[in-house]
Amino acid sequence: MVERQTLFARILPHVVLITGVCIVAFPVYLALLASTYDAATVQTGQMTLLPGNQMLQNYERILFSGTNSTTREPVGTMLMNSFIMAMVIALGKIAISLISAYAIVFFRFPFRMAAFWLIFVTLMLPVEVRIYPTYKIVADLQLLDTYTGLTLPLIASATATLLFRQFFMTVPEELVEASKIDGAGPYKFFKDTLLPLSVTTMAALFVIQFIYGWNQYLWPLLITTRDNMQTIVIGIKKMIVTQDALTEWQLAMATAVLALLPPVFVVVLMQKLFVKGLVETEK
Amino acid sequence: MERRALFGGKLLPYTLLLPQFAIVVVFFYFPAGQAVWQSMLMEDAFGISTEFVGFENYQILAADPDYYKTMLTTAVFSILVAFLSLSCGLLLAVMADKQIKGATIYKTMLIWPYAVAPAVAGVLWLFMFQPSLGMLAKMLRSWGVDWNPLLNGNHAMILVVLAATWKQISYNFLFFLAGLAAIPKSVIEAAAIDGARPMRRFWTIIFPLLSPTAFFLLVINIVYVFFDTFGIIDSVTGGGPAGNTTTMVYKVYQDGKAGSNLGGSAAQSVVLMIIVIALTAIQFKFVERKVQY
Repeated sequence: MVERQTLFARILPHVVLITGVCIVAFPVYLALLASTYDAATVQTGQMTLLPGNQMLQNYERILFSGTNSTTREPVGTMLMNSFIMAMVIALGKIAISLISAYAIVFFRFPFRMAAFWLIFVTLMLPVEVRIYPTYKIVADLQLLDTYTGLTLPLIASATATLLFRQFFMTVPEELVEASKIDGAGPYKFFKDTLLPLSVTTMAALFVIQFIYGWNQYLWPLLITTRDNMQTIVIGIKKMIVTQDALTEWQLAMATAVLALLPPVFVVVLMQKLFVKGLVETEK
Repeated sequence: MERRALFGGKLLPYTLLLPQFAIVVVFFYFPAGQAVWQSMLMEDAFGISTEFVGFENYQILAADPDYYKTMLTTAVFSILVAFLSLSCGLLLAVMADKQIKGATIYKTMLIWPYAVAPAVAGVLWLFMFQPSLGMLAKMLRSWGVDWNPLLNGNHAMILVVLAATWKQISYNFLFFLAGLAAIPKSVIEAAAIDGARPMRRFWTIIFPLLSPTAFFLLVINIVYVFFDTFGIIDSVTGGGPAGNTTTMVYKVYQDGKAGSNLGGSAAQSVVLMIIVIALTAIQFKFVERKVQY
């Protein structure tokens, strides 16, 4: 910048940003703290801003045996369910959107635009506007309390299809022509040329969709009734009982920490891909 | 989207589209159609017979003061969350956009809440403000505030707004940061040479250039509050106390859950569908002008 900055102008951004970082981190820090105390200390609000000494006991108990009251399912099982759900949704969305977009961009066939719109319009039909009818179909198909019921209805993706379509349209036509001259058919072109080009897009999409899948709430709430099918995000809510005395907050907070760690890890470790995915899925 | 070099094959493209279509038809279009159909049906008091009643469910909805209260709650919730998270996101983005040391670390430290599930975010905030043991609730009480989100509707609203804002700041921060990066530095430097001070530069040059980003984010934030805050509301307040934090989506869930009023719940679903269609249309009309496919 052309002007000389005063000391105040140089320090201000750091002050604001550090304050922001602290405010943003505080709720998670408190949860982490609570998960290191015994029940009595947390229950009576005697917790301080320094950690207690019950951390290992709390996490061991929650992971392998669960809480006393409402949900007796160990959080280990819930973590597994969440992981399966997130992986199947993310990979499923990528797979079916990839081939749909391939058909729409690289083939000429009757009703091509109709097909495109049919997928596009689903953007306007989120689960929240068709809760009970969708539940009824899954129930009629005998898919309640199954991984299929949990994931299959969420695998359709207009966003991912649009993203792949957009990316495919930037692939130079010379590439298609060259492949054709080399005698490659649609399968070979897809496998040897298009797929390797799409790796970054797929990875970025995976990061976004993994988080989407992991954080699902309304759908698993409807579809799962058995404790051993519960995901961790649902499990933690069930640990909070309205009558405070029954809530084992130190265990609930340990579960909250376990529930937020995997997706937060994904974002922090794959920050570049995450930002790319986020910005591009919104275009 | 026209291409010259294409593949032939009559059946292949349909086969490729089949998995997506099967899911979309079975789990999207059919249930959406069912919702529209159900919204025109009514069960008798004993649930024995169902009859076609046309738009009666909608008329009942339009005359229901509870529904207006829900709409008002949703509006207040949306406006507060959008305003707070947009302004915090903008402030942090403007600060992080300056050439300062550690900008990358700040960025990482500010974006991770995006990855926290709404229901988990709700539980974290509930813990801090839980009237009997929450650390911040105790602080408020020591200042003489009779804090109790379990009984006081305004307190409950404040709590869900805080949790929802906390989660959304990272998203707005990222997009504002991208918007700021797209503003040519030469424009800002020219203004600085002309003698415009930083605050003036912000309001007369940077802010107007960011307004497309801000508008886009406003729409996204409204969509977020409408649909993605379900988990926060369910885990923090369950729509209470006395329905003070029941949003439109939450009411559809509750009315249908009780099972007594499927027609009414379906009519509300259709109203929501119309709202999503409108929001999506606004979003795409705007985006189309800015980004060329």
